[in-house]
Amino acid sequence: MTVWIRLKALIIKEFITVWRNKKSRIMLIAPPLIQLIVLSQAITLDVTDISLGVRNMDGGWYSHELIQRIKGAPYFTKVFECSHHEEIRSSINNQKALAVIHIQSNFSRLISKGKPAPVQIILDGRKSNASQIVAGYLGTIVTTFNKEILRMKGVHPETLIDIQSRTFFNPNLEYIYYTVPSLVAMLSMLLALTVTAMSVSRERENGTFDQLLVSPLQPWEILLGKTIPAMVISVAESTLLMGIALILFKVPFVGSLLLLYISMFIFLLANVGVGLFISSISYTQQQSLLGAFIFILPTMLLSGYATPIENMPTWLQPVTTFVPITHFFIIIKGIFLKDISAFDVWKDTWPMLLIAMCTLSAAGWMFKRRLE
Amino acid sequence: MTLKSAIHLTNVSKTFKGMTEPALNKVTASLEKGIIIGLVGPDGAGKTTLMRLMTGLLLPTTGHITVLGIRTDSPRIHDIAGYMPQKFGLYEDLTVIENLTLYADLAQLEEKAKEETIDRMFTFTALRPFKNRLAGKLSGGMKQKLGLACALLSQPQVLFLDEPSVGVDPVSRRELWKMVQELADKGMTIVWATSYLDEADKCHQVLLLNEGKLLFNGPPQTLTDTLKGRVFRVKTTFEERRKLLRALLNSPLMTDSLIQGNTVRCVLKSPLKEEVKGWEPIAPRFEDAFVDILGGTAKGDSVLVRDFPAKKKIKWPLIKAEHLTKNFGDFTAANDISFSINQGEIFGLLGPNGAGKSTIFRMLCGLLKPTKGEAFVAGFNLQQAPSQARSRIGYMAQKFALYKDLSVEQNLNFFAGVYGLNGPHRTQRIELMIHLFELDPFLKQNAGLLPLGYAQRLALACAIMHEPDVLFLDEPTSGVDPLTRREFWTHINGMVSKGVTVMVTTHFLEEAEYCDRIALIYQGVSIASGTPDDLKKKVTTPTLPNPTLEDAFITLIEQRAFL
Repeated sequence: MTVWIRLKALIIKEFITVWRNKKSRIMLIAPPLIQLIVLSQAITLDVTDISLGVRNMDGGWYSHELIQRIKGAPYFTKVFECSHHEEIRSSINNQKALAVIHIQSNFSRLISKGKPAPVQIILDGRKSNASQIVAGYLGTIVTTFNKEILRMKGVHPETLIDIQSRTFFNPNLEYIYYTVPSLVAMLSMLLALTVTAMSVSRERENGTFDQLLVSPLQPWEILLGKTIPAMVISVAESTLLMGIALILFKVPFVGSLLLLYISMFIFLLANVGVGLFISSISYTQQQSLLGAFIFILPTMLLSGYATPIENMPTWLQPVTTFVPITHFFIIIKGIFLKDISAFDVWKDTWPMLLIAMCTLSAAGWMFKRRLE
Repeated sequence: MTLKSAIHLTNVSKTFKGMTEPALNKVTASLEKGIIIGLVGPDGAGKTTLMRLMTGLLLPTTGHITVLGIRTDSPRIHDIAGYMPQKFGLYEDLTVIENLTLYADLAQLEEKAKEETIDRMFTFTALRPFKNRLAGKLSGGMKQKLGLACALLSQPQVLFLDEPSVGVDPVSRRELWKMVQELADKGMTIVWATSYLDEADKCHQVLLLNEGKLLFNGPPQTLTDTLKGRVFRVKTTFEERRKLLRALLNSPLMTDSLIQGNTVRCVLKSPLKEEVKGWEPIAPRFEDAFVDILGGTAKGDSVLVRDFPAKKKIKWPLIKAEHLTKNFGDFTAANDISFSINQGEIFGLLGPNGAGKSTIFRMLCGLLKPTKGEAFVAGFNLQQAPSQARSRIGYMAQKFALYKDLSVEQNLNFFAGVYGLNGPHRTQRIELMIHLFELDPFLKQNAGLLPLGYAQRLALACAIMHEPDVLFLDEPTSGVDPLTRREFWTHINGMVSKGVTVMVTTHFLEEAEYCDRIALIYQGVSIASGTPDDLKKKVTTPTLPNPTLEDAFITLIEQRAFL
């Protein structure tokens, strides 16, 4: 009974501290919303608006036709002529062009004779991903052109293997469908961390934490008193962000809302645990802010959001298991776009549950240790 | 304008946005050159505002100020004025010498002059042995000295010091004062804002502010002299002194009364017509005049006395320290400290900054684990005690650990909840606290914006709302003006009369006089203990027949330091 009175006082206090301060009230609402709307437009791996340099030393029809076809493709919005050899190097160097296509003087002649004619593509390795995609685009154009040349010459080659690609869950490869659920997960994580990371260190700085420690509150009560309000705020915030994803961005939602909420709760709990742990080992707010930062950056890079985990070295891949958001990325995209089963959700939920339990008990233990 | 005057204030007012009352109200004064000018007044009187106006950091709403003939709205003011705010901007992660070099560079001293000046500062501050220590690792007193040295590097002609001695122990305080005196002797004009009135006594000129108005301007002696024949020392016994104090404070004839050892020092509203037996006339101090001009102290009966339930009599000691030792690495912060405190006693831990008072204090209330030894409060070791045991103590920290973003009412509600108060009992306790400490007008205000005196009341209210048996106070009145401090101790005395046991740390000797017993802590060791009079007796010599507690403090520490 008295435990509940004490706990209630703690929880109410946390809510009031967040709500009374106008700045922190705005901090809860404005940045996540703006970030979701702006970043969803910014984060795109689509390669469009490519600028391409052309060094055409051949005056014949075939090279001219090839270039026209490239110009006609929607991705290559800026195709320009390189008037001399040096310009190939310089336009790549100063990033005027993402790629340069180089056609030799005997190009048309060789094709007319029915001999293979080489085309050189020079790519910018600093943007390796985009370059590969450009090479793919150009390859497709050249393949199609090849077939048509043969057909014109009266040869009808049988295409033995013909690729018919179809994309599941996101038929038109709309990037938004991928980025928005991921952003919802990321922004929810950020909020859960920031709400908690400074909450204990702020009290330590103000001396109120000592006041709590000398009061009848038990360490686990303090822990609960910090966790519950943070969870309520984080779940509310995630709901808001998901609402925007569904209504504003019209991201399809085909899975189970209940499963999503259960796994989201555990995901947020893991992050609240991390935040509280960082806070419990910091003496000042500055330290906890740095601590949160140190956690966030590797988390984002190891999460598999920007780079596939499968591409990481084998020794590094198990490390990503300890990053809560890695699991939640799989779940949130899975539930939004493809209705994954409860078992699949569970497969990625229990590691987060384990992380939550470890970080929360570590934070509680740090409270208990008091100030040595 | 006479040649002798350094600073001229003409009809200066300052009103801040959103405040109905001006922070400063039509202040006109002239401040003499080459002396130490004290700026005194209760908290919120406008001392810091005036200070910032004189340094040109703020501009007056009306009126104008000249410093050595330069108006404060001119940028040239910064060439002649040096300013040391309450917390000087030392870079805590730089060493002493790096701080000095940085400020010398900021003052654009030339390479050669820089070396010389820094060298002079080392001699002046005696900080040379700590040259390579991080500024953050210095004691409070040393930090202030370093701050002063940094402020002096730009070679100002007028130096403004805003409460430089808050949080500084008496030994360092004396040293700081000596240093400033030296500067004044060389012709520098120094304005020294302070809430320590013994310092004001030593100033050549004093400006006394209250609620933004200038109440007095002149040599402190002039004001002190108005109290001639009104100050007496009344002998009593150790057991009776608190009762006598209450009685005297309640008398309508009395302006102020204070315990000093086994005597009560009192100031009457008007001189005695005839001699009274046992009442020994003594010389007035500036503090007496200060209290007098501000209308005297509050009544001696704390409202708490009426409504605070009396504690059950307990025979055994409520606080017990047994061979408490605490090591931080190689450093021994507290070494084999033992004492016990009985019910209804006020026990003081006294000592300079960094002596280990706080370490002992924190071990007792369970915030720190002793390396060796044990601490018991109300029969429990608070480190492992069940939560009910902790509900029997009240704790008030130095910085008033209140939730600044919560309103007064919300703070009260929170602490009531944390201590498990519920239902009508809770409402009743909160209402009682609001009533006792007159918090009504501030209920909806954020605790962080309260005037210092009220913040202190609120902190005390939160600490005693659950009627604790033992009260822990960590430097409770540091930086608080004399009136607020007296009021605070009236409440504490009231609680003690009901059987509450009090443990207090302080480096404020006025406060130590309220204690029944004191342990003097120095370098982690208890070097002397006993009643305040016991300590004074220890240092009584033919040349010093009537030592004050401050004399005792300094002598005992110096004796120890020379061992």
